[in-house]
Amino acid sequence: MSSLSYAAPTSVDAAVKLLAGASGLAKVLSGGTDLLVQMRAGRFKPELIVDTKKIPGVIGIREENGAFIIGAGTPGAVVEAHAGLTAAWPGLVEALDLIGSTQVQGRCSLAGNLCNASPAADSVPALYAAAAVAVVVGPNGTRDVPVEQIPTGPGRTSLARDEFILEFKLPARPARSSDAYLRFIPRTEMDIAVVGCGISVTLDENGVCTAARCSLGAVAPTVLLVQAMADILVGNKLDADTLAKLDAAAQAAAKPISDKRGTAEYRTKIAGVLARRTAAIAFDRAMGKATGKTH
Amino acid sequence: MNYISSDLKVVGTRPIRPDGVDKVTGRALFSADTRSAGMIWGKIKRSPHAHARIVSIDTSKAEALPGVRAVVTSADFPEISSEMAFVGEGPMNFRDLSDNIMARGKVLYEGHALAAVAATTQAIADEAIALIDVVYEVLPHVIDVDEAMRVDAPVLHADMFTTGVNPKPATPSNIAKVVTFKKGDIDAGFAAAEVIFEDSYTTKPVHQAYIEPHACLATYNPDGQVTIHASSQGHFMIRAYTAKLLGIDMANIRVNPAEIGGGFGGKTLIYLEPVAVALSRKSGKPVKMQMTREDVFRASGPTSGASVTVKLGAKKDGTIVAAQQVLKFQAGAYAGSPIGPGCMCGFAMYDIENIDVLGYDVVSNRPKVAAYRAPGAPISSFAVECAVDDLARMLGMDPLALREKNAAVNGTKTHYGPTHANIGYTQVLEATRAHPHWKAPLAEGHGRGLAVGFWFNIGGESSATVHVNEDGSVVVATGSPDVGGSRASMGMMAAEVLGIDISKVRATIADTASIGYTFVTGGSRVTFATGMAVTQATEKVVEQLKARAAQTWDIPVDAVEWRDGKAYPAGTNAGAFEPLDLAAIALKQARTGGPINSEVSINAQGAGAGFGAHICDVAVDKETGKVEIIRYTAIQDVGKAIHPSYVEGQIQGGAVQGIGWALSEEYIYNDKGLMENPGFLDYRCPVASDLPMIEAVLVEVPNPRHPFGARGVGEVPIIPPMAAISNAIKGATGLRMPDLPMSPPKVRAAMDAAL
Repeated sequence: MSSLSYAAPTSVDAAVKLLAGASGLAKVLSGGTDLLVQMRAGRFKPELIVDTKKIPGVIGIREENGAFIIGAGTPGAVVEAHAGLTAAWPGLVEALDLIGSTQVQGRCSLAGNLCNASPAADSVPALYAAAAVAVVVGPNGTRDVPVEQIPTGPGRTSLARDEFILEFKLPARPARSSDAYLRFIPRTEMDIAVVGCGISVTLDENGVCTAARCSLGAVAPTVLLVQAMADILVGNKLDADTLAKLDAAAQAAAKPISDKRGTAEYRTKIAGVLARRTAAIAFDRAMGKATGKTH
Repeated sequence: MNYISSDLKVVGTRPIRPDGVDKVTGRALFSADTRSAGMIWGKIKRSPHAHARIVSIDTSKAEALPGVRAVVTSADFPEISSEMAFVGEGPMNFRDLSDNIMARGKVLYEGHALAAVAATTQAIADEAIALIDVVYEVLPHVIDVDEAMRVDAPVLHADMFTTGVNPKPATPSNIAKVVTFKKGDIDAGFAAAEVIFEDSYTTKPVHQAYIEPHACLATYNPDGQVTIHASSQGHFMIRAYTAKLLGIDMANIRVNPAEIGGGFGGKTLIYLEPVAVALSRKSGKPVKMQMTREDVFRASGPTSGASVTVKLGAKKDGTIVAAQQVLKFQAGAYAGSPIGPGCMCGFAMYDIENIDVLGYDVVSNRPKVAAYRAPGAPISSFAVECAVDDLARMLGMDPLALREKNAAVNGTKTHYGPTHANIGYTQVLEATRAHPHWKAPLAEGHGRGLAVGFWFNIGGESSATVHVNEDGSVVVATGSPDVGGSRASMGMMAAEVLGIDISKVRATIADTASIGYTFVTGGSRVTFATGMAVTQATEKVVEQLKARAAQTWDIPVDAVEWRDGKAYPAGTNAGAFEPLDLAAIALKQARTGGPINSEVSINAQGAGAGFGAHICDVAVDKETGKVEIIRYTAIQDVGKAIHPSYVEGQIQGGAVQGIGWALSEEYIYNDKGLMENPGFLDYRCPVASDLPMIEAVLVEVPNPRHPFGARGVGEVPIIPPMAAISNAIKGATGLRMPDLPMSPPKVRAAMDAAL
């Protein structure tokens, strides 16, 4: 008979020791909204589950000189309720808020979404666009890793078996900066992105983009950080010409497969559509023209 | 008695639902909530292949695993000869059902059961399932109906020779049956037509998607008595099938109906119960089994996917003079798709002189289809209602006017035989034309669609008992599982006849040993048929109450009348007595002759057919192809709404299931014939935020054959949505979407192709 152990250590060191010492498969648990479902489906049979939620810093949000530090396991509902974070990073907050149902929002986390390493994860394109940095802890101490270096393929990450993410750092925002995330799903809720797009921009007083990061989800084995899209935005206003070029760049960057959620041809077209729509929201927000939710 | 013109006090009101508290507090006992002392867990070994010969099954390792108490395969079930069963709703052969619950020789679809184990824990049972060694010879498979009909298609059953054709074919095929319905002279009809429209349509298989997966708890006693706890649309159905498949007398099987978490037709047949009984017989323990959602999708009955063509011929004034339809339905692994009703329903809303309908029942490597809400009619009507809409465009006619011009009325002879009587279709069309939605201006870019639907509704065998308790409260028991509010409506009809408040009546569902035979809850029959039995049983109780009052007063019984819950002397000649209410009579029932109760069993006739019309407005995102339902109105003749809230709920629920069928629900198969989306994440039922408020408009044309005028309401509302939405998309985009589901990739591709 197989057996399963569960531990909820209260320090990083204890958690790392448990993970390093496991003889079989050990899994890190944040909210469990992916892990438990996958275990039930028989995808994993871990010997040990290490719940990180009792480790100081894993849950909570703090602001330091305009930068935000978000505990890796902070539930979506807590993130969404944080006024300062929502004002600075509305796209990231909305992306996390799109995951699952109200019940799931009580548990789902940025670290879980990132480390599940699904290319269709909703918060991940927004994290990429935000230039978020993951604070990774392990037996050799702490290291800062840009989020786009964490997922390496579907279900795979660059983390060692005895490493996990403690928290995320979001940089302070210059004036006229904002972000947006849009996904396409056949329904309105409770669904997985056919395509996702995250865009973060900084504009000058004339509305010309001075900095941009753009990402696409569900169009490649991992979420893509697309420099070509950012290059089109920087130095330009969001006029029809820029939008058309952005659409083309997104379509060129998309390398989707055909599966039960959409054909490659359709996903490619939608990547272009979403790029335009997401950029429009991000630019409007950066100029203070748009407030409120987009979904 | 008939109460249609009476001044009703209870029927037509909206009392709080009797099962509401149990359900919202989680206390209701559904199938999986039942437990028994010493209970062990049964699990099923299922085929990983769409089509394969079973070369061998080795269960020795599973049997040797500690904690395993029984393993069964088809060898543990009697061989059943071919025999048509009319136990549930829709055609079923006992032999096929036996083969479906435990495969013999071949597995015919992914998920087909071929062995089962019972063990002390679920984990051990899972482990034991994995230890069963099965050697398969994988065979070519076929899923799609048109492909399954090809002469070079892999044949599922070597003994399947198409019936309904003359001469009988010399070689077996996947075409189980051909059915035809003809009226008039179709060639003459088309020859006389001035405008002809023809098109082809496809629909994908969809699942009933009830929230509660199949589950049961079965105990086989050493004395041969069997007890089963299970939810279903008919516990007598469970008893009959289990008895037949295991060779047990019905008297030795008692089935207790658990609360049901949705059925929609899919729980009118069984999968687990005979297996659980066989495992219990072998292990000596009560055995509990429950399907996962994946099991439900892979191995329980969806409805057919189909391929349909429609050809219509009309005069320039809009008179439809010829109508032809060819329908090909997937039956799943065994014969028995709803091809019959599919052939009957498409043109049943129309008065057309010349009709020709041809239908094919076709097996393929999919789970055997089960009834799904108006079986066959939604598929058939999707095709016909799209075609009628396009015909209206060709004629330059308003689509409602074209339907009005050709509408079936009382006296219209249908192409399948019967003549329409007591129908309220004219009133439905009048209500549609009068409704503000039909007249509302459309926003820029939006489209509006209209479609109509017909369903027979049925009557059938029902039993009901009514007991007057010692305090004057009343218990009504029936044999009909409550899937759509029947406890409320049964109680209300009894309260109305008794003239008492609904709070004094409690309605329950009795087990198979405690009430007379009752056919399944299906065909929209319970409010009609079981309601008729309840009404008659209550009337017999009223007669007894009058007799008890007469005895108390020592006057003739015909000198007593019953009104407002009391016995009164009938006129001054009868004597001057204070009225006796139900409680007063009940209190003295021991002294006036004993308990007051009655049981009535009937085979109810005269179910009134139902007609509905749906209006739908959509917006189409021209970049993503996503269709948003903006406004939705469902108008239906409901006869008499016993409890209007439930009736509205039926209409809303049917419309929503139709919207899912139209836009997002489908079985997705890979090239190995395996289902890729066996869960609610990728089998996309609509969620609440996808939908506007569905406005249900109740048209009440009483059915004179029912004491309160009721007619079935649960099935009609799933028929019109697919065409109403396709027609609305055509209005918004100019494009006909003839293939379901009209999902965003398909809509976008159609728009790109039209550029």
